[in-house]
Amino acid sequence: MSTPLVMFLIFIAITLGITYWASKRSAGSAAYFAASRRVTGWQNGIAVAGDYMSAASFLGIAGIIAFQGYDGFMFSVGWLVAYLTVLLVVAEPLRNAGRYTMADVLAYRLKPRPVRAMAAVSTLTVSTFYMIAQMVGAGALVALLLKDSGISYHTAVIGVGILMIVYVLFGGMLATTWVQIIKAILLMGGTILLSILVLGHFHFSFAGFFDAIGHVTYHEKGQEVVKDFLTPGLRYKPPYGALDLISLGLALIFGTAGLPHILVRFYTVPDARTARSSVVWAMVLIGSFYIMTTFLGFGAATIVGRDYIATHGGTNMSAPLLAQALAGNIFFAFISAIAFATILAVVAGLTISASTSFAHDFWTNVIHRGVERKPGEEVLVARISAFVVGAVAITIAIVLGPTANVAFLVALAFAVAASANLPVIVLSIFWRRFNTTGAVAGLTVGLLASIGLILISPSLMAVDPPTVTGAARHLIQAKAIFPLENPGILSIPLGLVGAFLGTLLSHEPTSEHKFNELLVRSNTGLGAERAGAH
Amino acid sequence: MTATPSEQIGRFQTDKTEWDNIANTQEFKDLMATKRDFIVPAFVLFLVYYFLLPILVGYAPKFMATRVIGVVNIAYLFALSQFFMAWTIAWLYVKAANDFDKLAKDIIEKAETRASNNKGGR
Repeated sequence: MSTPLVMFLIFIAITLGITYWASKRSAGSAAYFAASRRVTGWQNGIAVAGDYMSAASFLGIAGIIAFQGYDGFMFSVGWLVAYLTVLLVVAEPLRNAGRYTMADVLAYRLKPRPVRAMAAVSTLTVSTFYMIAQMVGAGALVALLLKDSGISYHTAVIGVGILMIVYVLFGGMLATTWVQIIKAILLMGGTILLSILVLGHFHFSFAGFFDAIGHVTYHEKGQEVVKDFLTPGLRYKPPYGALDLISLGLALIFGTAGLPHILVRFYTVPDARTARSSVVWAMVLIGSFYIMTTFLGFGAATIVGRDYIATHGGTNMSAPLLAQALAGNIFFAFISAIAFATILAVVAGLTISASTSFAHDFWTNVIHRGVERKPGEEVLVARISAFVVGAVAITIAIVLGPTANVAFLVALAFAVAASANLPVIVLSIFWRRFNTTGAVAGLTVGLLASIGLILISPSLMAVDPPTVTGAARHLIQAKAIFPLENPGILSIPLGLVGAFLGTLLSHEPTSEHKFNELLVRSNTGLGAERAGAH
Repeated sequence: MTATPSEQIGRFQTDKTEWDNIANTQEFKDLMATKRDFIVPAFVLFLVYYFLLPILVGYAPKFMATRVIGVVNIAYLFALSQFFMAWTIAWLYVKAANDFDKLAKDIIEKAETRASNNKGGR
């Protein structure tokens, strides 16, 4: 058996043990959906960081920096700074006024059925897109890492899918939280080790390290080139590079605070004060991690080199290949196992937020008008929908295949969160005049604008040369109509216009009637959900 | 629109008049003012500081590529400073939020006392 496979199996065994332990503590809605609200500040902080540091960040960011230098580091910055929006604007009001989903806050003063239905659609869209991106990435990665063990893309996707279903189905939020915590600790440990080894390679001289970044050598179209990788402009080029960077920034800064799988984490802690401290814990971890992407990404660029990475699995393999170059095959296996754990934990987090939204928002509150017909029904529906969500994600990932271009799905998830979710959450808490029509219009326009703009962006529209075949080809073979990869700069204003126009064109006294109640509840924590007993 | 039954279990309940009363107390207005005085400037400051980065990188790449120490340029140092900006604002917020918590605790205690007095009086 290969070393990576052994390490994968150890991680799987530990997480299944946790799931068994958690399964006995997950009876009832608050236990299943919110881990009985007994998760502590530091635990939730690590879990938030774990939910956020997906394969896209660990493998993706190392690859982007290794190939495009400084411009890749811009992602790292945005990913941390975005947490200030979470900290200053949403975490505490959400914890104070909600129960299980972001729609709880909207449903307080607005008509519950339409806003919950639309919020569930938006949550399921964001979660599913994000999950497909992770699954395709996981399948390709696992197949590549385990190719000596004879594990194919299909086996890998089905394996990841089944494991995530098991965690969520049996262990609920408690198991998902602990899987996330273990994975985040492994990820931080691996990243710190890699960073030290990179510095060690340069005899612990920052001057030597940065000097190497200033002269990265690789081949482009058969020509040898030497570039300063700290200089901006390798990825974002004129004429639209600057706008795309700003658009990316907008999507990150306003999207993070609207990602459903991040928001649900704040319901797992006892009160708003703990929600606050967990954001701070998360910011410490996330910030340290993204600063270290300097070593991961630039280390891969200088020590391994673009040429080698390109012929040994491509950008996403930068971090594992760096580990191999620095400390051999055992460390390669360890970093690969961490990458696998990362994907597994993130898809589990996405699955639970999607199934919670379906069960709580759609089943109980939209279809059955807020009445749980018999005890345990909501949890049962959530378990069934976790199974369905998992099955759908497996199927789509297999149909798309390992070469599918899916990176844009993560950008899309952030754009929907920034354009649809965040505006309506903020307006419902802070704008007295806001009403149901405004919320439904804001969610709908934000969602459709994000999807529509991505469809006509360079991510999906381009003319490929005939050498590019199959799923790697762009969906629409024509020049892109919208020139930016990130739709945020246009979709966020459109979502806001939708919310404002919808509100101003309709009149809803009941919404203003309950504004003071939501204002007091969300700002003081009066009547907030308390932690449950064991 | 009233809260749906599943939302009422285990929660502090009172009528609209009481919620309006609480919202109009001086204590609650003080809490909101204290929060606003910190959060609004902090939020604006971080937005301006953060968006300066993509704007400068996008529109003044030559200036940002100016080397400061060795090959380390303004672009990298400014990007790195963003991490410390975020941590500093978070730290200041946590300190300020201790005051919010004190004000909120007063409001909650008064509201809960009033609610239990009303029940006892009936």
